[in-house]
Amino acid sequence: MTGGDIIEAVVKSLIIIVALLTAFAYMTLYERRILGRMQLRSGPNRVGPAGLLQPVADGVKLAFKQAITPRGVDKPLYLLAPAISVVTALSAFAVIPVGPTYNIFGRAIPFHLADFNVGLLFVLAMGSLGAYGIVLAGYASNNKYSLLGGLRAAAQLISYELALGLSLVGILMISGSLSLTAIVEGQARGLWYILVQPLAFVIYLISAIAETNRAPFDLVEAEQELVGGYHTEYTGLRFALFFMAEYINMVTVSALAATLFLGGWHGPFDLLSGPWWLLAKIILILTLYVVLRATLPRLRYDQLMRLGWHWLLPLALLNVVLTAIGITLLQ
Amino acid sequence: MFLFLLLAVVAVAASIAMITARNSIHSALFLVVDFFCLAVLYLTLNAEFLAAVQIVVYAGAIMVLFLFVITLLNPGNEETDDRLRGQRPLAVALGLALLVEVALLLRTQAIRDRLGDFPPATSFFEQVQTRINGTPTAPIGNVQAIGIELFTTYVLPFEVVSIVLLLAVIGAVVLAKRQLR
Amino acid sequence: MLESYGPVLILILLSSALAALVLGLSSIMGPRGLGRGARDTYESGIIPTTSARQRFPVRFALLAMLFLVFDIEVIFFYPWAVIFRRLGLYGLIEMLLFIGLLFVGYIYAFKKGALNWE
Repeated sequence: MTGGDIIEAVVKSLIIIVALLTAFAYMTLYERRILGRMQLRSGPNRVGPAGLLQPVADGVKLAFKQAITPRGVDKPLYLLAPAISVVTALSAFAVIPVGPTYNIFGRAIPFHLADFNVGLLFVLAMGSLGAYGIVLAGYASNNKYSLLGGLRAAAQLISYELALGLSLVGILMISGSLSLTAIVEGQARGLWYILVQPLAFVIYLISAIAETNRAPFDLVEAEQELVGGYHTEYTGLRFALFFMAEYINMVTVSALAATLFLGGWHGPFDLLSGPWWLLAKIILILTLYVVLRATLPRLRYDQLMRLGWHWLLPLALLNVVLTAIGITLLQ
Repeated sequence: MFLFLLLAVVAVAASIAMITARNSIHSALFLVVDFFCLAVLYLTLNAEFLAAVQIVVYAGAIMVLFLFVITLLNPGNEETDDRLRGQRPLAVALGLALLVEVALLLRTQAIRDRLGDFPPATSFFEQVQTRINGTPTAPIGNVQAIGIELFTTYVLPFEVVSIVLLLAVIGAVVLAKRQLR
Repeated sequence: MLESYGPVLILILLSSALAALVLGLSSIMGPRGLGRGARDTYESGIIPTTSARQRFPVRFALLAMLFLVFDIEVIFFYPWAVIFRRLGLYGLIEMLLFIGLLFVGYIYAFKKGALNWE
């Protein structure tokens, strides 16, 4: 790498980090406002115009909370766990293409941090490493709720990772590549993959919600039963790190859904430029996340397992077979 | 070369830490560090797919299994007394003997001839490309190259793998089923 | 080839720095001094007894073993999928055999109740 390349990578990384942190902050507000509306109340609207400064206030409040380390915790792992969660969540975004190559300051700058041959597998790998954050937090906390939450999380993650991984195989068969840039280009030339892989899209979306531990699959936290699960013993900014990781993961899986199924940064017409199209699609999927949270009750653990292993996994397998037969017939 | 040395040192250090750690969860995590170093080593050998699989399967799936087994066996209450105390000097002696053997082997002509062309001038990846396209420049990726080899040259081993995996499913169910009742 | 991974390394380093910074801030900012029982782990107001690190049922381990096997099978799908068009009908038959055996394993686990969680 030349000096220019390194500067470019550092600038892009900083932009990704700042953008994801901003998305995290305003996603919390957006979610609370929509939930409020759906429950016939206003949601937070007092801090700043329309409540726009609420995330700042929340952040300041968390920063000035006492950091309590409970007795009997495994101190190195206790501190490592939130760090793992955040680092894997932020890194997964590296391979997502957010726009075409622009010319800025006379330098051709592709709008993605990295593009390599196994891009899609990189996102999956970061996802499976992210599970460590949760399991280790559960183990290190020396708390029964935390340990149960952590192990539940691990079991849930592995159950839905299979369906998630399989649902993407159909796309790979059509695109012939694991590079996300190539997948976006493939859709620009033909149809968006949601039109040819509708079943895969539904499976991906359900599994992705389960992978990010969001309602109705939020058994990992289950306030009423596990009092927060793996992060019961975390306070202040340490807790904020877990919260940050969860929301950033939501943004990443939404961005991945937009990239794989909804044409990525390409739009049906050229009104907006690349990154804005992607943002619009991400917001659309995030809205779906919030609406699901407001409308569906939490699943019971055996229901969760049954949905993953009895329904999504065989359906994803069926999708692969159908796609294979379809492509063979068309050729 | 620098990268290789760095990774090698970290990998060996993590392995030693894994063996000597008293806490089994810590051991498991040092193993993850080791897997990670291996993945990056694969990357330096241009084996992208293998590197990704190393992380997804080993660091992702096998380690989760380890963690579950450790919790199954009651973490934190391992026996701490050293039952193998008498074997320590023997282990060190045998380890050194193995090291000397490997060093001697590396000096034999037969091995050196083979090491001479490592890494090979044309990588596996380029070989497949050349065979498919006639020219090594046409764009085909690492995953594609593995796919082509696996599903044409090595079809039989691939199908045998599916039988092995089927047996693994049966084995897992049979082993755990007794305790489930 | 290795160069295309450089930017990812930079992102990982920068986000690790961020995590370290936030963890550092968490111990600097905020009030100090602890009330009685502040360092007890939370157990719905009851004074914690026994170690939290209890033994867990074998069901979790079984699930992880099944996951491991199926995960390897999913990984095998990836190189197959990206060259499927090149392989054509031959690839389809190959994979149907593979999926068939995979499905036998799935049915077996299903019938034995390994995929049920009571």
